[in-house]
Amino acid sequence: MNPAALIVALLVAVALAVALGVALGWAASRIEPDSDSLVERIDALLPQTQCGQCLYPGCRPYAAAIASGEADIDRCPPGGDATVRALAALLDRAPRPVDPAFGAPKPAQVAWIDEEKCIGCARCLPACPVDAIIGASRHMHTVIAAQCTGCELCLPPCPVDCIELRPATATSLRYRQSRAA
Amino acid sequence: MAVRSTFPAGLALDAHKQQACGAPIIELPQPPRVALALDQGSGYSAEPVVAVGATVAIGTLVARANHPYASALHSPLAGTVAAIETRDAATEGGRSVCIVIESDGSGRIDHRVRQAEGAASLSPDELIQWLRDAGIAGLGGAGFPTATKLAAGRARGTQTLVLNGAECEPWICSDDALMRSAADEVVLGAILLRRAAGAERCVIAIEDDKPAAIAAVTHAIERQRNAAQGDHDQRDDELTLAVVPAVYPQGAERQLITTVAGIEIRSGSLPADAGVICQNVATAAAVARWATRGEPILSRVVTVTGSGVEHPCNVRAPIGTPLSALIAAAGGYRGTPLRLIAGGSMTGRALPSDEVGVTKAMNCVLVATREDIGSRLGAVEMPCIRCGDCANVCPVGLLPQQLHRAAVADAHDSLRELGVRDCIDCGLCDYVCPSQIPLADRFRDARRRLNEADAMAARAADARQRHETRTHRLLEAAAAEQQAFESVRNRVRQSGDDPAGGTG
Amino acid sequence: MRFDTSPAPHVIAGYTVPRVMFQVLLALVPAGIAHVALFGPGLLLQLSVACVTALLTEAAALRWRGRDAVPALKDGSVLVTAFLLAFSVPPLLPWWLGALGTALAVLLGKHVFGGLGQNPFNPAMVGYAILLVSFPAEMTRWPVPLDVDGTHTWPELARLSFASFYGADLTSHWDGYTGATALDSIRNGLALRYTLPELLGRGDIAGEFGARGFAWINLAALAGGIYLMARGIVRWHIPVAVLAGLLVPSFIAHALDSGGALAPTLQAFSGATMLAAFFIATDPVSAATSDRGRLWYGAGIGLIAWIIRTWGGYPDGFAFAVLLLNLAVPFIDRYTVPRIYGR
Repeated sequence: MNPAALIVALLVAVALAVALGVALGWAASRIEPDSDSLVERIDALLPQTQCGQCLYPGCRPYAAAIASGEADIDRCPPGGDATVRALAALLDRAPRPVDPAFGAPKPAQVAWIDEEKCIGCARCLPACPVDAIIGASRHMHTVIAAQCTGCELCLPPCPVDCIELRPATATSLRYRQSRAA
Repeated sequence: MAVRSTFPAGLALDAHKQQACGAPIIELPQPPRVALALDQGSGYSAEPVVAVGATVAIGTLVARANHPYASALHSPLAGTVAAIETRDAATEGGRSVCIVIESDGSGRIDHRVRQAEGAASLSPDELIQWLRDAGIAGLGGAGFPTATKLAAGRARGTQTLVLNGAECEPWICSDDALMRSAADEVVLGAILLRRAAGAERCVIAIEDDKPAAIAAVTHAIERQRNAAQGDHDQRDDELTLAVVPAVYPQGAERQLITTVAGIEIRSGSLPADAGVICQNVATAAAVARWATRGEPILSRVVTVTGSGVEHPCNVRAPIGTPLSALIAAAGGYRGTPLRLIAGGSMTGRALPSDEVGVTKAMNCVLVATREDIGSRLGAVEMPCIRCGDCANVCPVGLLPQQLHRAAVADAHDSLRELGVRDCIDCGLCDYVCPSQIPLADRFRDARRRLNEADAMAARAADARQRHETRTHRLLEAAAAEQQAFESVRNRVRQSGDDPAGGTG
Repeated sequence: MRFDTSPAPHVIAGYTVPRVMFQVLLALVPAGIAHVALFGPGLLLQLSVACVTALLTEAAALRWRGRDAVPALKDGSVLVTAFLLAFSVPPLLPWWLGALGTALAVLLGKHVFGGLGQNPFNPAMVGYAILLVSFPAEMTRWPVPLDVDGTHTWPELARLSFASFYGADLTSHWDGYTGATALDSIRNGLALRYTLPELLGRGDIAGEFGARGFAWINLAALAGGIYLMARGIVRWHIPVAVLAGLLVPSFIAHALDSGGALAPTLQAFSGATMLAAFFIATDPVSAATSDRGRLWYGAGIGLIAWIIRTWGGYPDGFAFAVLLLNLAVPFIDRYTVPRIYGR
């Protein structure tokens, strides 16, 4: 093989590599990535239970912690393994089960106030992170099942232990069924 | 007027209809007991207005429809309400709360059942209200309340009313029998429905494999036209008959509308949005019965067929009659029945027992033996070889082989994009697959999981919003409190009277 | 009375994969008869080694993957692979090459991807391509067909086939009995600056309507292909597109330069054209998904085969054309999704 041909081939290859590299770079700068920030994209994958089992005060702070690298992705029991897998796919990490130190995944549940026992003290109302309990001082309280995320934050404040968690049924999960078209 | 099929693909199937369609409709006598399911097929239940022990007569309202997708129920028997309990039923899930009524043999008719005189002079809105009160629901298999459908059509403006006499599914011939014997009722019902919907024209569509029904309806239209000579209110030259090719699923609402009216219904929207309402011919006949006799829906024609009954036939049975009575009227069981199917062989629901009651949506009872369903029983699922037979027959133009891949992988975005929600669940892809993959069931499951995921996402979005609103509210409250405190403190300082000793 | 429940639909048409595969094998019989009549019984030897190897390799692969072997073997798909490979290779191929090619086709063309329904490449073509590139001499040595005047007899070809099958050295005693295929001869002749009319005038390359020997095999394959289309096993899109992709450029080229470009009839009835169009390109697993996609897929195969035949280094380009278009299938699928009713 004559050396001139070799050099020509080499130069052609280098020229192609440079040209294609420039083209790719230009294309990358022109194609916009998702406008949502990383925190929002992580938050969109979390179940919004706002329960604090991850030791952050809500889902959004946890999403921020994941984005900043402060927290790992396996801390969300209500999201379960499915959420960890989704986060792993988003962040290109290895999926794994939920860390049992933060709680055990439970089936969907909603809180229910036993009206026989409720004394109307209104201590559970401010505890609910999504304002799903309605009532007022010295009036009967009740949980709006369709809004309840099952976070269990209303249990500790209740002085008479009248709140219990029940498995969510299709009816209570059926969210604004008239809207589903 | 013959029309060419214009929806994609579809497949001509063996009809299996001759067996049942020869003889006249058998009128079943009143059974000793009926079980009226509160959910008559639409998925939504009516609410009982009678208690156990109440006395009812024929036509008494026993359950009211408090939801627009449920339909009212009337007693087909005179007797007593024996129980209101959960039983096996021909509905989603196989069980429903049923009102069980025992006959006292008197045959008393409720005085509120009367001649609906002057149905012709009722305004469309009044007509719709009376249809709602009569519990008229889609008798073609969906059981959807007619009044709700018509009201939606009126709200959006309807140009065309299509009367579905296609009856494309194998084994079912109850509409065929009804059209042959009661074509005048069908035509009268068509006119009333057209007026209620406010449509300009009405087309009755019948498949070309039903020549007797076509002849009967043609003559009925002519008779109607002659009788209404000079009646300016009856614009009956707008009532026409369209003969459509017998290709399954011609009788599916969207596909039939495409064939007859030439319109494609946009994905995710209703036919009413395109100015078309589709009603079944049996529903029209029921409307006519109410208009002429004042009868709410108390009975319906059901095809009793299959290799598992001695003499396949069509029967008119009171709603709630146990299926065992229908099978007895067809000569009883024959051979070894393996499956009891409510509906046809392609989309029918297998029932757990023959004590289930007839519902408004039940157009056929197929008692299947190995002869009828042997092919399915022996099926062994193999991997998909991507032959494309499924795509060749899909009447919606989907790619079932790709959908199957996405369904197995539970890839929700792919499922949505490939149109799993556009699937009309006709079962043709399943039917032709050489690898014998249960495609229809996979897609039903995929749709269920998609719905669950969407519901979860909607709940999560709502919870997020409520949490953000609450957080915002608490911050504002804290800021307002802080401000109030500051202003009080400043006021106290200014007045020089500071009980805290001036340290602030 | 109580019944078992099960979801709808409650009936199926009863088509099965083995039945589809069997129809394909049946449709290959005419081509097989023509092959044996013109090139000797070598095809039968190739078929036997290919089928046995295919079944054994598939059983072993399934065992190795921890699957149940018997149901998968009964579906007949690996036999179709074996048949197509046996038809594509020269009938004089030594048995151990036939076995190697088949084993590679089943292992590298099918099981390494997950078995039936998962292979992105046509398994027979994978095996053929590996053999062609690795053993070019053996893979281009065909017997002189019996419809070339005044050559040999069928019994002689039979002895040749057996000898070659068992690995005899063909350069000594059998020299005059073997040669290049018609397409190969034309390519070499054109490179030596002969014109087409000169080459075709010699009479030992092409006959009345196509290449010597291969014309009849192609005709028989065409008949088999039409049978498959009539039975609904194969739809018209891929075969018609492959033939169009091959013959349209050929027609244009021949019109412009009849001395150097093969006429469309010669293209159509030589080499593996009809076999590829109706049997190889139509492998559903590795082909495009939608009808429109299949038209592009077939046209691409025909076009690349024409390009390789005209300017490429191999006499017949269908194997590589098929493999290249298999690579392109995901791209084709992405852009040819059919319109959904109502969207």
